[in-house]
Amino acid sequence: MARVLLFGPLRDLAGWRERELAAATLSELRAQLRQADPALGEALSAPSVQVALDQAIVRGDAPLGRDAEVAFLPPMSGG
Amino acid sequence: MIRLSAAPFEPGELLSAFCRDRTEVGAVASFTGLARAEEGATAVLELEAYPGFTEAEIGKIAKRARERFGLADLLVLHRVGRIAPGEAIVFVATAARHRREAFEACDFLMDYLKSRAPFWKKEHGPAGERWIDPRPQDHADVARWD
Repeated sequence: MARVLLFGPLRDLAGWRERELAAATLSELRAQLRQADPALGEALSAPSVQVALDQAIVRGDAPLGRDAEVAFLPPMSGG
Repeated sequence: MIRLSAAPFEPGELLSAFCRDRTEVGAVASFTGLARAEEGATAVLELEAYPGFTEAEIGKIAKRARERFGLADLLVLHRVGRIAPGEAIVFVATAARHRREAFEACDFLMDYLKSRAPFWKKEHGPAGERWIDPRPQDHADVARWD
């Protein structure tokens, strides 16, 4: 199972912050999320949204290990 | 040191503690960011972080700052959670042998924190709530160091 985390405006758009999903790869996970919520699926694939897999930024597809943590990170704004 | 805090902090105390017992650094610069009321439009600012990842990413920025400016030490303290106008959101202090390095490192760290550190900021006010995107100026500021 992968633990999916949404941050910032993505969390409000989805209406949830954290969810467990069974997926072998990041693209499979994206497809599941898109199927369940097309608006969220589209937002997650925006070029400005970064993905962290087990707390490291990844680009493109990646295999998901057991207990993977996948975080979707919209544009950041601190200070 | 890099720390996230859900509780308010006192910037003056942090600065005093940071300066204590330093006999060789010569220069300490600091920056304190305060939450703005935006003339009543913002009643509360909400700051979200990704615990663990946020500290690690700031740690990478801090390592670059240490190397680039030859810092003796640095401190980054960032609030998370709900912040009232006038409260400090962020405190950065840098210690170096001479003032230029301390000033520039402080500026560098703040530019990164504004648009490259994993934080998300939401305004709550009478008109409702709104996520704040980084401004074009924030991206231009951080690009100065590339």
